[in-house]
Amino acid sequence: MSNQSYGANFINRQSFIELDARSRATALFDAGTSRELLGPFDRVESPWLPMQGVTPQEDDGCVVMKGKIGRQAAVVVALEGAFQGGSLGEVSGGKMAAALDLARVDNEKGIPTSAVILLETGGVRLQEANLGEAAIAEIMASILVLRKHAPVICVTAGTVGCFGGMSLAAGLCSYVVMTREARLGMNGPEVIEQESGVDEFDSGDHALIWAIDGGEQRYAMGLADALVEDDTPQVADSVRRLVSQGVPPVHRSSQVALYRNRIEALDSSRHWDPRELRVLWTTNGSEEEKR
Amino acid sequence: MEHIELDYPAKRRVPKRAHVGVVGSGDLEILLEPAEGEIAHVMIRTSVDGFRDTWKAVLDRFFTKYDGAVRIQINDAGGTPGNVQLRLEQAVEASEL
Repeated sequence: MSNQSYGANFINRQSFIELDARSRATALFDAGTSRELLGPFDRVESPWLPMQGVTPQEDDGCVVMKGKIGRQAAVVVALEGAFQGGSLGEVSGGKMAAALDLARVDNEKGIPTSAVILLETGGVRLQEANLGEAAIAEIMASILVLRKHAPVICVTAGTVGCFGGMSLAAGLCSYVVMTREARLGMNGPEVIEQESGVDEFDSGDHALIWAIDGGEQRYAMGLADALVEDDTPQVADSVRRLVSQGVPPVHRSSQVALYRNRIEALDSSRHWDPRELRVLWTTNGSEEEKR
Repeated sequence: MEHIELDYPAKRRVPKRAHVGVVGSGDLEILLEPAEGEIAHVMIRTSVDGFRDTWKAVLDRFFTKYDGAVRIQINDAGGTPGNVQLRLEQAVEASEL
């Protein structure tokens, strides 16, 4: 891409990252088809945060919307990364699990309904500990049942990214869409540094973090299915395309043998350059497809 | 977390409800709903204790210009007075559209 065309795109783009959860969800639907379920005026907030002196948000940082994507029924669940780091509590987790379950019921009734989850989250909300863990387990179970009927698409755009238990939920999705700015990983950089020391992972080294957890790397390793610019129409196009693609023949998380072999083949006594992994895993992937 | 409730006189009905903002660091969420009667009721929950006088000053000033009969709920995560003022104006704009 020439500098000139990049400059023009950059100026004309409508940033997706700068949108809040509600605007992100709305932007994915066919214009004028979306409506919000259990919105802020329904005032279903976390009962646990005020007890701990934390101001709650009226939608608990989880926006659920129903509408049409590519003229097909779809539900979008968006986490608000700016509220408590997009963490999953009893209410926000329950909203997401219930929305996925309702989509599954619609599919069983013969109304094809896809699901899109917009994940900007560090995982479980520490203030709600076990309830958050339970909610994430429910979400994962709901994804597993729903993805048999219709694609479940995960979008992580940044700037929070997707970490903790919800990275496992992302791994279960039919498709993962990322931007270069997004990060996807089980343990966040600060957690790794805190537990294993700065020699293991320097959470201040942004180049290192993005080289490992960043969208470009995840896409190159075959752990994400689409890499998009931070541009709202591009994100919406990508989601529309994946909705119309339907359920993949094999889900990534079902390829247990493939990933087990890949990990066993890695010599963990030395540090691997992220670029080496791109070559190694992409090659493996294309061989698997040939078989 | 501190709770603050304030009442102001109001003159007119407001066309629709509005929701703006996010309970993120330095920011706040405002829910503005039309109410019956000639009163505006404001309910604030803020994560920063000890700023009751500042909140009252910001809202006193806001209600010198605004006369809608509303219920306003504010969930605050440390918004500055300027930020609160902007969010209030944004909520009013969204409720008049």
